[in-house]
Amino acid sequence: MKPLFTVRDLEKRYGSRIGCTDVSFDLWPGEVMGIVGESGSGKSTLLSCLAGHMTPDQGQVHFDGRDVLAMSEPERRFLARTEWAFVHQNPRDGLRMAVSAGGNVGERLMAVGARHYGNIRETATDWLGRVEIASDRIDDRPSAFSGGMQQRLQIARNLVTGPRLVFMDEPTGGLDVSVQARLLDLLRGLVRKMGLSAIIVTHDLAVVRLLADRLMVMKGGRVVEQGLTDQVLDDPQHPYTQLLVSSVLQV
Amino acid sequence: MTALDAYNFAYLDEETKRMIRRALLKAVAIPGYQVPFASREMPMPYGWGTGGVQVTAACLTPDDTLKVIDQGADDTTNAVSIRRFFQRTADVAVTEETEAATIIQTRHRIPETPLQEGQIMVFQVPIPEPLRFLEPRETETRRMHALADYGLMQVKLYEDIARHGEIATAYAYPVKVEGRYVMDPSPIPKFDNPKLNDSPALMLFGAGREQRIYALPPYTKVESLDFDDHPFVASKADHACDICGATESYLDEVITDDQGGRIFVCSDTAFCRSRQEDAA
Amino acid sequence: MNVIEISNVSKTFTLHNQGAAVIPVMSDVSLSVAAGECVGLLGASGAGKSTLMRLLWGNYLAASGQIVIAGTDVAKAEPREILALRRDRMAYVSQFLRVVPRVPTLDVVAEPLLVTGTPEDQALDAARALLTRLRIPERLWSLSPTTFSGGEQQRVNIARGFIRQVPVMLLDEPTASLDATNRETVLSLIEEAKARGTAIVGIFHDEAARDRVCDRMIEMERFAA
Repeated sequence: MKPLFTVRDLEKRYGSRIGCTDVSFDLWPGEVMGIVGESGSGKSTLLSCLAGHMTPDQGQVHFDGRDVLAMSEPERRFLARTEWAFVHQNPRDGLRMAVSAGGNVGERLMAVGARHYGNIRETATDWLGRVEIASDRIDDRPSAFSGGMQQRLQIARNLVTGPRLVFMDEPTGGLDVSVQARLLDLLRGLVRKMGLSAIIVTHDLAVVRLLADRLMVMKGGRVVEQGLTDQVLDDPQHPYTQLLVSSVLQV
Repeated sequence: MTALDAYNFAYLDEETKRMIRRALLKAVAIPGYQVPFASREMPMPYGWGTGGVQVTAACLTPDDTLKVIDQGADDTTNAVSIRRFFQRTADVAVTEETEAATIIQTRHRIPETPLQEGQIMVFQVPIPEPLRFLEPRETETRRMHALADYGLMQVKLYEDIARHGEIATAYAYPVKVEGRYVMDPSPIPKFDNPKLNDSPALMLFGAGREQRIYALPPYTKVESLDFDDHPFVASKADHACDICGATESYLDEVITDDQGGRIFVCSDTAFCRSRQEDAA
Repeated sequence: MNVIEISNVSKTFTLHNQGAAVIPVMSDVSLSVAAGECVGLLGASGAGKSTLMRLLWGNYLAASGQIVIAGTDVAKAEPREILALRRDRMAYVSQFLRVVPRVPTLDVVAEPLLVTGTPEDQALDAARALLTRLRIPERLWSLSPTTFSGGEQQRVNIARGFIRQVPVMLLDEPTASLDATNRETVLSLIEEAKARGTAIVGIFHDEAARDRVCDRMIEMERFAA
């Protein structure tokens, strides 16, 4: 087995300010990695660079042996809608609000050439079911959905093409606590069943404990600690991680 | 002083025509691609065909014979005013017969009479961007064209079927040109879409307000987008013309009274008249 | 054959945010456990019993030494190697149940089998069998265990731990809050595991239980730093 996604010495600067620097890791098939850190720690910059939304100033990114940074834009876009997926914190950024739920899920299929309406609709119905949206909502627009449903629809829209790597930016961030758990459970099940690799950026340590196999802790644009999720959370080695973990309010 | 002396030939100055012709050449070179051009203020409001008029003005020579139609008719206000405009500013011959015309400016229709080599069709285009209604960002739609990233166009048709049970788009039905660019054929009925394909005539599209020109050179492959299980159908009202009896032409429904009376007549008035004359 | 081989392990905690205080917990721990053997950890509260269990689980990072469990050195392994070990070769019954809030008990118990790729119906059947054996009423199976009583939660945890047959098990007070009947069931489960050749390290405050299942006792005082 080989790593699915390899990152070496990645750096992004905003002028003289560091966005993120000196980031290296291997992500293996089926592995879920969490990236935690406070606002401004560089985790979002890193995710943008990894997902190809931003061009890093230095470093290498390889996906399945392919040099992502050397890809042409059409190649990168094709990758982004086939083998990759991106789940935004705000479902409005990841959905087309004026298009029905079925159309939202079907778009990625049509973008890679699906031209049979019946099949597209069948697949969309199946995926709505998998994310626990009733099939009779298929022609409703996302604007008629609750926040949790919108987020689940965004996940269905992203996973319909069977990607291998999913980037998630605070996937439970905008949701009520009561629907967060449901979404987390859903994500866990999908990750397991589809054998997905995932990179999840969040500031919520509870989310990474439940979803991530391993954890990367960022501060000031640098990775200060990384390791097995429960080990980093329960036996943090770096002063900043210790502070982060001890700052979580217990309920 | 005659009208012609008061204006440059065909109203536009030669520099402007040259600029438009350059855009036209580029458009012909890249079929279906929207070429930006510096649209001029014209002595008519936007929506009255300012784009088409500028393209026509840039193509006209003193030897041309011009036909102008609006909704298929030669005698509607828009058609009459544009025809008069060029009679006054270019003093060219005008005609209502499709076969006799060298340049045909149109709004909403392609004539029923088959076009021939050497003819130029000029379409007036209100909104040149077929992706606009699903993706409002111009920067993004340009990129989508550049990358032939057209899944979204198919989503529009999907939405049609989901909502209406069939592709309900009846006009401005999107087409793919030579397997590359998706293009808005201007608001012609989808009945006319097949006439775009492999046409012997040169087809030019001008959008004045949006400052875009695009083109289909003669004999270009133009396909209407569809689904395998919902194929494109060039539909029309299921009637014959109540005046000339034509069954193969596109029909307008005309309300004749307030008792529910209505008739169907050819939208192409020149075509209808020639059939009546032939029958007489 | 030793399934667990601990050599010269030490553990310290450095509290960076409290004046960088270094707290030594244990040093020079060496211990081997053979297949089918059950070793009990003895010692007062704070003697490091749980810390050692967590070191074995890979949850705590050893400061030095080797912890080789079923072929993997947990003290140095990559996260994915530790996860593979936990998935395929090791189970941990802790005193605390940590699960996603709304997931039904049946799924919580079946999960360790599902992640190894066992077909869903087989995994659920195994979960039903264990829950029945541990006397969790069937009407509770579709509910999340987060709302259960302490004893019920513990039995769910035990079911989760015993649903797979693995070469290594870590048991932290598995009988602590159980009634006599359920305690008996858990002890039988442990005996069955031993009979299959599972190496077990456990903490048992329940002396009778300890005497029944443990082959050997280790005084944590020996490893005091």
